[in-house]
Parts: sequence; structure tokens; C-alpha cells
Amino acid sequence: MTKMTMVQALNLALKQEMEKDDSVILLGEDVGRDGGVFRVTEGLMDQFGEQRVVDTPLAESAIVGMSIGMAAYGLKPVCEIQFSGFSYQNFHQIENHAARLRQRSQGRYPMSLVLRAPYGGGVRALEHHSESREAYWAHTPGLKMVIPSGPRNARALMVSAIRDPDPVIFYEAKALYRAFREEVPEEEETLPIGRPQLVREGKDLTMISYGAMLRPTLEAAEVLRERDGALAEVIDLLTISPLDEEILVKSVQKTGRAVIVHEAPRSFGPGAEIVARLMEKAFFFLQAPIERVAGFDIVIPLFAREKSYIPSVERIVAAAGRTLKN
Amino acid sequence: MPRTPIALSERIEYLAILNEKGQLDAELEPDISGEMLLRLYRAMLVGRRFDERLLDLQRQGRIGTFPPIKGQEAAQLGAVAHLRPGDWMVPSFRETAAELWRGRTLESVIICNNGFSEGAVISPDHNDLPVSVPVGSQILHAVGLGWAARYRKKDDIVMTFFGDGATSEGDFHEGMNFGAVFQVPVVFVCQNNQWAISTPVARQTRSATIAQKAIAYGIPGIQVDGNDILAVWAAAKEATDRARAGGGPTLIECLTYRVMMHTTADDPKRYRTEAEVETWRGRDPLTRFQKYLLDKGVLSGHDQLELDTEVLQEIQRAVDNAEKQMQIMGNPLDMFNHVYAELPPYLAGQREELARELATGKEVPS
Repeated sequence: MTKMTMVQALNLALKQEMEKDDSVILLGEDVGRDGGVFRVTEGLMDQFGEQRVVDTPLAESAIVGMSIGMAAYGLKPVCEIQFSGFSYQNFHQIENHAARLRQRSQGRYPMSLVLRAPYGGGVRALEHHSESREAYWAHTPGLKMVIPSGPRNARALMVSAIRDPDPVIFYEAKALYRAFREEVPEEEETLPIGRPQLVREGKDLTMISYGAMLRPTLEAAEVLRERDGALAEVIDLLTISPLDEEILVKSVQKTGRAVIVHEAPRSFGPGAEIVARLMEKAFFFLQAPIERVAGFDIVIPLFAREKSYIPSVERIVAAAGRTLKN
Repeated sequence: MPRTPIALSERIEYLAILNEKGQLDAELEPDISGEMLLRLYRAMLVGRRFDERLLDLQRQGRIGTFPPIKGQEAAQLGAVAHLRPGDWMVPSFRETAAELWRGRTLESVIICNNGFSEGAVISPDHNDLPVSVPVGSQILHAVGLGWAARYRKKDDIVMTFFGDGATSEGDFHEGMNFGAVFQVPVVFVCQNNQWAISTPVARQTRSATIAQKAIAYGIPGIQVDGNDILAVWAAAKEATDRARAGGGPTLIECLTYRVMMHTTADDPKRYRTEAEVETWRGRDPLTRFQKYLLDKGVLSGHDQLELDTEVLQEIQRAVDNAEKQMQIMGNPLDMFNHVYAELPPYLAGQREELARELATGKEVPS
């Protein structure tokens, strides 16, 4: 085991999958010579050559469109969109083709491709460099939308994403890239896509989160224990879509209370879908209204104000406190 | 310092071999075997008669909306005939003649145009992508396929089709640029039929030709008379040979004309004159090629009549077959097929909801 940042853990996943399978190809802006602007692909061009790690011209739609052609041929492209805020320029290629070619071709052309993109705020970046728009992808049938919450699960999920026979949008929280280190085993490790994880057991309240918001959610759970003696169960979604509600429903049936935390705007965000599923399957167990702690329904502000936008531990604790009072 | 002209490496030529009266420029006549000439003629004829039949079927309410290809048969067949089965054709949505050439069945076209996804099958021994509706977006897939073929050290090449309207799309630019930068084995075929629904090509671009755009990308480009199958054949042969030999992509502009409506939901009388259409009817690719074959002695008047009957019979059989097949198609539950490799639990649940609804004939709460 080595202690790694999420950047290093993702790099390990890519490196090992490329060693195992010569159909894995990396492409994107600055992924080769430069190793990616966040260095996730550092050293891979040196190891695998320019044929496997491809520096492309600057055009998001073409990076994804080309990946679709590569996937139709049977390769497994892993393309990087430098910031998720620029992925709208390739939105149509994902929505119109990556997500549909399997079905349009009656199963002839599965789309085994991964689109990696850094997402989220908290790193004092420019406009278009801080948003969380996972709901766009989660709303598209045919896609899988994955967001890890730390180095170890990032590595395991990336391996699974590369091997997945369907297109995976893989969001990497910039705020987590170098925020902390975790033990990551050298030997292969995968995590199933489409399965949330219970990361803290409790009985009084269920807290559901993912990505960069998992850590403040866990901190809030700790505050609730120390301050109120309330034991919160915490679930890390890991996969936004396809959303498997089973573990969420079971937990809420046990606790009767739920708080959902994400950085994405509140309206029509992932939290809205989770609330709907809980209402369908756990309504009669609820003892309090479900709370959503999310980004406001505005464009994330420039960084002087972003702290007030992104859900904080205090905001999560306050929401949890309201549900516990009922 | 005086301004100096920059020497550009490519020049753009126009190629026509068989004029609109069917007269041949013998010096430019390509060497095509008699057998291939007849195959091409038959494919043009099938393309034409099938298109006419589809229009009848649509007007009778027996199929849905479809985009007619009439007048563009030469632009498609002269190009696609150079592909081997293992090569890739990446169509837009007005390439029915090319798709049939590549082994797609008449039945499948009827079935697809009547709203059954089962019709979107690709001939198992051909590597083609299905029809792509968002204009120009498929150009990039061709680049990826070409890149992959080269990575796998195969001599497969890729041919992609698009229209004049597509050249206004960003994906056209991005595809041409990526294709050129990576020197992929792709032939970009623009069927410039001069109309994108109601928008004339002069409203798509200020360029005198589409072909000249190749210069900006640093690749060869050529404009051909797209209603002259010999010219299309000659230009496409050059381009496919170049691609296969590792010489990178080529842009071919086939200057043709959409004599019919954009789709059967469109009424061209709203935006163009009958006189203009009439002029282009006079430049028909089929009659021109017919005359060439008769002059050359490859086709006799008798053959021609026999072929006409044979083709109409083939189409009739396909219509009958398709209508028979469609009677047993359309299980609504099949709409959940191929969304993912494996149906995720929540989606299996939704499929189950529909199955219950179908079983009882009315909506049932889940």
C-alpha cells in the first residue's frame, strides 16, 4: 500500500489498464507532453508513446466524436475534457451518439468509452472552471455517471469505468485532487458501477452525498454525534446514474430521516431524483421532511464568493438539525 | 517590407467526364470493367425506383417521413463503390443508394422508415455506422474510425458522407481539421445538393466551392460533377487509393441537386422555383449514364427493359416482405433493448411496469 493523492491514484488506474489492454487509448488537450493540466496523465506518454496518449487539437466536440469512432472500431478511448465547464461543447456528441449508438445499431456498436472531466468549485478558479452539472449527464439514458469521493475509490472506479461496456462520464472533483492521501493498493482493485456505499453506520438520520461533498457530510455527521448525540448514517453514491436506490431506501426506512448534500444546483439536481425515489419507496417511514443541501440555482460565483455558495459543514449540520427536531 | 503572396500547396480542380447530354470526354474516361459498370447501373436504377416507391408508400400512409435521394445516386455510388466490405461507411441520412450498395436490404429501409428500430441493422459483413441525423456530427466518427484502423495497422479506410448544410457546422471544421492533423485514412464526401431544406448553399458559405475549404486544412480537395458517375468514380478512386496508401484524407465535393423535397414533410415550392428544378432534372445522372452504357455497348435496349422489370419486381417483393415482417414486430418491451449492455435495476423495474400494463391492457399501479 502506498499513500496517494487522487491524482496519483487515477494515474495508477490508467497506467495499469493501459499495461493490460492495448485497446485503451488516452486523448485530449495537453494530456501527453504536459501530462494534463492537473497531471493526472503524467508520465504516461513517456511510457506508452504518442500512439497511446494522444495530444489533440483544441476542440471538445472532436475529442469526443473521435472517441466515439474509436469505440465503434473496438478500442477503449479514455478522453479528457480539461474542465467539465467546457464539456457543453461536446454535449451533442455524448447525447446524440455516445449514449445511443449501442441502441441505434441494435447492439452492434457498444460504446466502451470514458469521458474524464474535473468538476466542482473550491479551487479559486476562473469562470467555467467550477461548475457541477452532473444532472445533465444523469438525465441522458444510455450513459453512466460516476463521481468518486477519494483516491482509493477513484482508482477502483476508473478501472471499472474503462472496462465497462457502456459510456461512462467520470467527474473528478478538483477540490479532492490533492486534498488528502489514502492508502491505495498496488494490486488491482475495482468497484461496481451503479452501487452506492454505506460509509458510516447510524440510526437517527441518513445523509446521502458524493464527490467533494462527502467529506463535509462526514464532518457534519461527526458534529451531530458530538453535539446532539445523533448517529447519522452516511451513504456515498459514487454512481449518480444509473441510480440504485436500494441501499438508500433501506437506510431511510431504518432512520426515517434524510438529508441529501450536493454542490450541483438544487432544482432538478440529483437530490430531486433521490427525494422522488424515497417518496415512492420509503414515504411511510419518514418522520420529517427530506432536506436538500445544495448549490443555489445560480451560476457558481467567482471565487471571492464561492465559499458562500458551496454547502458547508455548518449548512449541512443546520439542515440535519431541522430534520432531527421533527 | 512589401507584402508577398504565400504559396499554398493545394489547388482545386473541377472534374467532369460525362456531360449532361451523356457525351463522353474520352481522354478522361476511367477504366471500369463492364461488370462493374452494370453493377453501378443496376444500383442506380434500384436507388431511383426504390426512392419513387418509398414516396408512394409515404403518400399512402404506409411508411413515415423519409428523405428522398432522387438525383443524387451517382454522387453516392461512384464514391462508395471503391470501398471493400471491411472498410467503413459513415453515412448521414440521404445515402440510401450507398447503404444498399453496402448490403443493406430494401426491407430494412422500409421497416426503419416505418418506425421500427429493427430496420436499423447493418449488414453483418460490412463495417458501417447507422444513419446519423444530427447534421455533420458523424464526420468526427469517421475520423475516430480511421485513427483506430491505422492504430491497429489495418488498411481499412473510411468514407463519410454529408451535405452542403453540414459544412456550416462546427463538427465539419473539427472533423476536417482533426482528420488532416492526424492524417487519417478518411474520404470526406460532400454531396452538395445546394439546398439545406429552404436554405440555399449561398447562405451556407461565401466560398465559391466547398472543395476549396480543403486548402485551409492542408489536404487535397476536388469538385466533381456529382451527377456524372464517371467523374465521381475517378475522384473517389484517387482519394481511396491515397487513403489506403497512407496519404491521408481528401475532401470531394460532388456538385449535385436535390430535385425532391428535403423530406416528405417539406414543400419546396415555398422557397425555390420550378424552373430551377427543371434545369436540374435535365442533368439527371441516371439517363446520362444509361446513354453512356448504350453508346458503349455495355447495355442493350433489351437488357434495359428486362432490368427495369426485374428491379420493379425486386422492390415489390421487398415491400411485401417488409409488410409481412412488420406484422410480427413491435413488441413494446423491446424498446428497453440495447440501452445498456445490462439493464440496470431501476430500468428493469420500468420495463416490468410496462409489461404489467400490456398484460392487463390497462394501466396498473406499480
